[in-house]
Amino acid sequence: MNASAAKITPPANALALDRNGARVSPIGSRAFLLEATGEFDLAAQRRIWALSRAVELWGEILEIVPGMTNLLVVLKVTPEDPEALALRLLEAWEQAESIDLTGRKIEIAVTYGGVHATDLAALCDRSGLSDREVVRIHHEGTYRVFALGSAPGFGYLHGLDPRIYMPRKTVPSLNMARGCVTIGGMQTGVAVLTGPNGWNSIGFAELQMFDPMSDTPAVMAPGDTVRFVPASIEL
Amino acid sequence: MIEIIQTGPFNTVQDLGRPGFRNIGVTTSGAMDPLALKVGNSLLGNETGAAVIEIQTYPFKLRFAKATAFVVTGADCGASIAGRPVQPWCALPAEAGQVLELGQPRVGTRAYICIAGGIDVAAVMGSRSTSLRGAFGGNEGRFLFTGDVLQFGEVSGPLNLPATGIAVIDPAYALVDVYPAPEDGALLVRAIPAGEHSLFGEDAERFWSQTWKISTQSDRTGYRLMGEPIRPTTPIEMRSHGVVSGVVQVPPSGEPIIQMADANTAGGYPKIAGVIEADLWRLGQARIGSRLRFVRVTHAQAAEVEKAVAGFIDDVRATSRMVSGALQAMK
Repeated sequence: MNASAAKITPPANALALDRNGARVSPIGSRAFLLEATGEFDLAAQRRIWALSRAVELWGEILEIVPGMTNLLVVLKVTPEDPEALALRLLEAWEQAESIDLTGRKIEIAVTYGGVHATDLAALCDRSGLSDREVVRIHHEGTYRVFALGSAPGFGYLHGLDPRIYMPRKTVPSLNMARGCVTIGGMQTGVAVLTGPNGWNSIGFAELQMFDPMSDTPAVMAPGDTVRFVPASIEL
Repeated sequence: MIEIIQTGPFNTVQDLGRPGFRNIGVTTSGAMDPLALKVGNSLLGNETGAAVIEIQTYPFKLRFAKATAFVVTGADCGASIAGRPVQPWCALPAEAGQVLELGQPRVGTRAYICIAGGIDVAAVMGSRSTSLRGAFGGNEGRFLFTGDVLQFGEVSGPLNLPATGIAVIDPAYALVDVYPAPEDGALLVRAIPAGEHSLFGEDAERFWSQTWKISTQSDRTGYRLMGEPIRPTTPIEMRSHGVVSGVVQVPPSGEPIIQMADANTAGGYPKIAGVIEADLWRLGQARIGSRLRFVRVTHAQAAEVEKAVAGFIDDVRATSRMVSGALQAMK
């Protein structure tokens, strides 16, 4: 064989199939991402949960990673016909009936404001709300864990009030503390590792989210309901 | 048992990583050059994915407290044992008390010390690899310190290595038909266009045509590239999704990041491409400050490379077993 790169004719287009409210595209040679292209809501996520259950039984799957209204599948080997795989995923999506996961109820005590709320002022500027209103809107919400990812045990929470949506930062904070209660776009969550973080911090929580030695290392699971309870508000 | 006598930071115990836990945010980790790990283990008759020591800062010295066999794969760092030179990719016997020493690499950047039986640390979530970010796995979830003592696993049978060792041809040469040579000093890295490729408009072509430099902000987590920035034609705020190592994301700065072994398991930056699995090890051996160019390939081409590499590793295992068997028969 000769895989000398210089002689390879590039494929005309990127493989990206878009059909019936979902789109499949590759990440490298062995991973494929199916994204629901409709609303960012619980209905879409319930179908993603159903799709996950169906796809994880496929023999060629190494792992599946449910995201926010999307599903990444990683295969054991690179498929020679990626389009066939993409079509199978789209078919499975079309057949996926909505399921609900009956999760646990988790309450997280939060110190709103204070030294860790490094981005509360910017969020007030953007939303035109006072810091009190931002905090009230955040802790009055009921959130669902849509997916885990990014860092060990980190839960992506859906249910943020659109009034306090805040895009990820262009320049991430270099050393945000574990426990920061953050907003990233339409999502909220609690930082599980100290380090660089592009989300916006408005408070701090003490809850330990991950224990690698436990049989269930992550505290949160998709489907769980989360409420933030103000332990104190320091504005 | 081995004792670490001298080490820099960021040298860790690694295996092939911890797949299956991305869905709870746990990065795969594992060797940055998995080919070097597989070849080393195959040469020693270990399980292909046995744990090894990944060296990325030098000099590094260890003492064997017990006789065993070892091989140094990956970067060529002018290694020596008891003062005698050790060829890379050559499995050798080690006597109790001997000191193995690795200097600055002449070629490549990460060296792997593989030992018969593998490094015996406790498996955490199915793997012996060190998760530096999560601070678990490997040797106490951290990089190695001087004075650390590591055990190695039991071997089923004697290895019968001749004193001169059993060597395998450096994969860079053995697989010369499979891996394109650098062009104008730039490493050619094969990749497949990813989901947001078309949103980059004309900048997408500049992604493939220009030569990128690996910046100093590069480590096991990811490589930040320097070059003429590329940007989507309109800004996009994506929903977070799972990613794998090799994904090439473009943050607002316009300079791409290639996620590597210790990458986040999820991301939201637009992704322009994904490096094929079989080329990740070459990135793992690429130096900070060196240059690379992306070459667009198809899945079929990627599958062909993957098969050739798997065949090579099988050959190493079969040949090593055969030679070892023949030496046993001659005794």
